[in-house]
Amino acid sequence: MEYKALSVSELNSYIKNKIADDDNLNNILVKGEISNFKHHYTGHMYFTLKDDNSLIKCIMFKSYTYNLKFVPKDGVSVLAFGTVSVFERDGVYQLYCKAMQEDGMGSLYKAYEELKNKLEKEGLFSKEHKKTLPVMPKIIGVLTSNTGSVIKDIINVSTRRNPNVYIRLYPVPVQGEGAGVKIAEAIKVMNEKKLADVLILARGGGSLEDLWPFNEEVVARAIYESDIPIVSAVGHETDFSISDFVADLRAPTPSAAAEIVVPNIVDIEQNLNTYNIRLKNALRKKVEIMRMRYEKCMKSRVYTDPLKIINDNYVKLDMLIKSMTNSITNKLQLSKTQAIKNFSKLDALSPLKTLSRGYSIIEKDNKIVKKVEDLRKDDIVNLRLQNGEKQAKIL
Amino acid sequence: MEELNFEDAMKKLEKITAELEKGDLSLDESVKKFEEGIKLSKECNKILEDSEKKINVLINIDGNITEENFLPEEG
Repeated sequence: MEYKALSVSELNSYIKNKIADDDNLNNILVKGEISNFKHHYTGHMYFTLKDDNSLIKCIMFKSYTYNLKFVPKDGVSVLAFGTVSVFERDGVYQLYCKAMQEDGMGSLYKAYEELKNKLEKEGLFSKEHKKTLPVMPKIIGVLTSNTGSVIKDIINVSTRRNPNVYIRLYPVPVQGEGAGVKIAEAIKVMNEKKLADVLILARGGGSLEDLWPFNEEVVARAIYESDIPIVSAVGHETDFSISDFVADLRAPTPSAAAEIVVPNIVDIEQNLNTYNIRLKNALRKKVEIMRMRYEKCMKSRVYTDPLKIINDNYVKLDMLIKSMTNSITNKLQLSKTQAIKNFSKLDALSPLKTLSRGYSIIEKDNKIVKKVEDLRKDDIVNLRLQNGEKQAKIL
Repeated sequence: MEELNFEDAMKKLEKITAELEKGDLSLDESVKKFEEGIKLSKECNKILEDSEKKINVLINIDGNITEENFLPEEG
């Protein structure tokens, strides 16, 4: 019988397919303790899972790591979910993890959910109860550990935004037995003595167990009762603690909390400056409008030529007097002409003029006799002649 | 004298500015508002200028709080 030699690649490829075909190795749950944990700069996680007698290489790709609710590290017991496959280049089989959670955390999760539901029903998370943060807090109270990167991050971000920031750190243990009580006490002291205008309650990332103080009822109630607004920044962005729900605001990280709480002094100064400019412009505009109104008034003839009205009236008066004089003169002239006309008419009609031409007027009983029938025999009549009168008797 | 609350001052400043910008106040009132606004903005500026950097740690000994300069550990 002749053996046909396989290449190494062929062999590994064959094994890979064999394993891939096996449903018992697809989407399985494995229990073990993490060791040799490496979070590669590419974002992938490399580690081994082991128990007392054995180990298996594991890899978790970056995209799956975002869903982790804890920070994996050596010595942590976990339940890993994934698929076994072969990495052909190295000829190794490994577990490609898609999800992972801490083993033995079941009871903690349950307690967390129970307390969360209870407090939610009581209204501790209600939006109405949440206080607004001061825009310009004079003193920033920080409740966190006085060691580690959290306080440093907060100080760095705060001083960058406001170089003259006033921070009061009240150091509290952020994990372990009794931490919750200490945190609650710190919140109470800050309130009683009014030591800050706003509080940041902060802790870096950690396992659910590490973050536990922030899930304790005593802390939740202290936050709820605080008159000072509280920003909670516990763990990583994906971690939600009960203190996050009760606090007036949740920040994804301690640095973000500082960003939220400490106003950017440059912005504030700019705001103030803008107000100054707006005030000045508004007043300038007002004065300008008033000046224009004043000028408009001043342009009126009442002010530019105050005598004009008087003069105008003088002219008017003069004209009236003139027209009055005219009309009287006219009337007089007219009457005079009429009178002369009448006189000459009268003169023309005067009987005296007729007498001068040799006529005479016969009067009887003081009436002018015009017809022969008016005269009888022996009537005495008066004869009026040019230069006198004589009596006569009719024959 | 009661300490000026920065936020209230800013809110007041906004209100005064808006009122003045509307332009329907008399000149006297306008000038008064303007002076009030400028005074507020100066006071706000003063608060900003007067504040000094303090990074302190509170020490609670049996309910007595003392305050000390805080120096974060190196490293």
